Amino acid sequence: MSTHASTAQPSYLVDTGARKGLMAWLTTTDHKRIGLLYLYSMITFFFVGVGIGFVMRLVQLTSFQKLITAQTYNALFTVHGVIMIFLFVVPGLPAIFGNFFLPILIGAKDVSFPRLNLASWYFFIAGAILAVLSLFTGGGAPDTGWTFYAPFSLKTGTNVSLAVFAAFVLGFSSMLTGINFITTIHRLRAPGMKWFRMPLFCWALYSTAWIQLLATPIVAITLVLVILERFFGIGIFDPAKGGDPLLYQHLFWIYSHPAVYIMILPAMGAITEILPTFTKRPIFGYKAIAFSSMSIAAVGSLVWAHHMFTSGMSATANMVFSLLTMVVAVPSAIKVFNWVSTLYKGSIDFQPPLLFTLTFIFLFCIGGLTGVMQGALALNIHIHDTYFIVGHFHYVMFGGTGMALFAALLYWFPKMWGKMYSKKAIYASWFPMFIGFNMLYFGMMILGMMGMPRRYYVHLPQFHTMHVVATVGSWLLILGLIMFFGTLLYAIFKGEKAGDNPWGGVTLEWTIPSPPPLENFEEIPTVTHGPYHFEQQEAK
Amino acid sequence: MTGHVHRDDFGSRLGMWLFLVTEMVLFGGLFIGYSYMRYRYPAEFHHGGAELNATLGIINTLVLLTSSLTVVLAIVAVQRAEKKRAMAFLGTTLVLGVVFLVIKSFEWGAKFHHGLYPNSAHLATLPPGEQVFFGLYFTMTGLHGLHVIAGLSVLGVMLWWVATDRIRADRYVHLENGGLYWHLVDVIWIFLLPLFYLAA
Amino acid sequence: MTEHTAHTADHGEAHAEHPGYGTFIKVWVALLILTGCLVGVSHLGQTAAVWGLLTLTPLKAALVFYYFMHLKYEGPLFKIVVLVTLGTLLIFFALLFSDVAFR
Repeated sequence: MSTHASTAQPSYLVDTGARKGLMAWLTTTDHKRIGLLYLYSMITFFFVGVGIGFVMRLVQLTSFQKLITAQTYNALFTVHGVIMIFLFVVPGLPAIFGNFFLPILIGAKDVSFPRLNLASWYFFIAGAILAVLSLFTGGGAPDTGWTFYAPFSLKTGTNVSLAVFAAFVLGFSSMLTGINFITTIHRLRAPGMKWFRMPLFCWALYSTAWIQLLATPIVAITLVLVILERFFGIGIFDPAKGGDPLLYQHLFWIYSHPAVYIMILPAMGAITEILPTFTKRPIFGYKAIAFSSMSIAAVGSLVWAHHMFTSGMSATANMVFSLLTMVVAVPSAIKVFNWVSTLYKGSIDFQPPLLFTLTFIFLFCIGGLTGVMQGALALNIHIHDTYFIVGHFHYVMFGGTGMALFAALLYWFPKMWGKMYSKKAIYASWFPMFIGFNMLYFGMMILGMMGMPRRYYVHLPQFHTMHVVATVGSWLLILGLIMFFGTLLYAIFKGEKAGDNPWGGVTLEWTIPSPPPLENFEEIPTVTHGPYHFEQQEAK
Repeated sequence: MTGHVHRDDFGSRLGMWLFLVTEMVLFGGLFIGYSYMRYRYPAEFHHGGAELNATLGIINTLVLLTSSLTVVLAIVAVQRAEKKRAMAFLGTTLVLGVVFLVIKSFEWGAKFHHGLYPNSAHLATLPPGEQVFFGLYFTMTGLHGLHVIAGLSVLGVMLWWVATDRIRADRYVHLENGGLYWHLVDVIWIFLLPLFYLAA
Repeated sequence: MTEHTAHTADHGEAHAEHPGYGTFIKVWVALLILTGCLVGVSHLGQTAAVWGLLTLTPLKAALVFYYFMHLKYEGPLFKIVVLVTLGTLLIFFALLFSDVAFR
């Protein structure tokens, strides 16, 4: 555990190959650079999504609808969903931090298929470009909502085909990443890195990769069917030809519900990495967390039809899926208990990553528990397709995955760039972010309980007060986001040098220089103990 | 950059199998859709299946099964460093694959000739269940056909690599992976045959 | 580290025993016979055709997986991968029919 930087190898940020500058980045097969490519592109898409969300809130604030037409509003919530889900939250943590840290955490020099890894990024970018093109070509931006529900998606004149194809390409990128991660974890663990010595982030990535492989192809084929339907009229989802829109909903959610777990599992994994470092004690219940990751992946794949309780499914199916939905809360709760127990009697070092980690746990609990509420059939009928749902899934996806991504970014930032950000500025950004977040999304949940339907262009006067609260919340949230990313961006260029191990972490990434050298390890380490082994440090 | 990654044949095969997982689930989604619709329209699917040319379907099955055999024999030949024989086996596979596609195109042509294709005026007069049957028939055999074309391209490259000794007795994981893909295409057809042609 | 041992065994694979032409030709003959049975059964009536589909087709697929795709000669990992995939599809199927069959 030496802390002095090795000078034997240059950092991965320095161009050593024949190509320089941008070309060196665009042709790189280094997992760390690919991770950064994902990071930069995703944060860009994230801010586009944020901007669209901002406009939607403005529309609800003015309630005069002078700003944009109803058709544009439909396009806005569709594009907001497509960008945030397919371009940010689903690929987010695995593609950025999985790529960057998975090989380092298991003591490897790269992933199993480095060129395939770069190809995945190009598929991602191709999908993103197609998604953007779909806004401006054909019949205009799709207006179906990100779910592309048939039969409307089959009949609408807007450019659904291209948007759907974009999602298909993005799915392909996600599957290739999954293949890469599973093979890497099976094949490239360092000597002595047994399965139960892996950091738990790797377990989370492993579970996630399996869902990516087993669920993504279903949505891929579903989207192909939508395209074939629109071009050739094959009739499988078209009731006029004997098809069944409910089949579309089933196939769509067979993927898209597990996709929620693709989003949250790596987030939970990152949180599990951060907590031991800032409490200076091993994670509580290592195996319980590892197995709960796998069981969330398994059970989470079997709950999809809880999105369809009002669609006219059989009563049997409603009951089966209601039960399974509640079951999936168990492994999630196990994780929360483990996190909280890890804090108990730890020597807590309250740094920015820990602040965002605790924020994650708080917001995720709200999001998760409101999710269990919706698993109850009777209540579900009442709040189906209301703002309650919108508030709930923003708590999970933004409050959960988003906050975890921020926490992971703060945690690994000094390793990735070798620089340290201003901690004070990060603390300062947290307040508007946290307050704004809760005003916006808790406000939405209250609106939903009152009966405000989602995706509506206008609202009744009795909803107006809460809409104002939510919109003001959105401003605070965006202010916090700008402060947050501004601080980090400044730190990349002007930040102070961070040491190799500023947080006192003990997993493998903290044993190598910051930023890491091109091949990560001069010599592949031999692992002799579990990942969160703090006794050694205390002895020093 | 790739220089430092040691050669890992088992890892490449694992990667290929994981890719095949996605293919299995892709077609699995279609099979699930098929069973869903068949459950709703048993009589129409029965009737629709009767319209298909079972003989051609069976011949195509034999063609694909044989082409699968020749791929696996080609691997044996490469392992034994029998280059010419390996190339002959792979060449046979390519020919059989093309034969499959030709037969398939005649079959599709006949259906189009009878006005049995999606969005046709004639199909619109049939009961809804049959329209769905033909929608599924064209989708599933069409997607399978695309996979045959993809498989042929891959095996074409493999043939080239065997010829140029990039694939040889001590280094043939690419051929194994290409073979795996081709066998999966074969397995999918094994399921398509009874679902469509023998359902009647 | 079972896989790492499998890995080292892997490099010695070139010298290990490989199945010969004969094995695969026998499997091919079996596949042709099964196809014949399947066609024959389908002429016996609807029920027989469905049962033939449900039993003979997976059997054929299993032969291809087991021999042609070399599952027989691989370690447990690939078998597990295939079984997990098929199991997942089966569960998807069952849950979907909890809707369709009871509507």
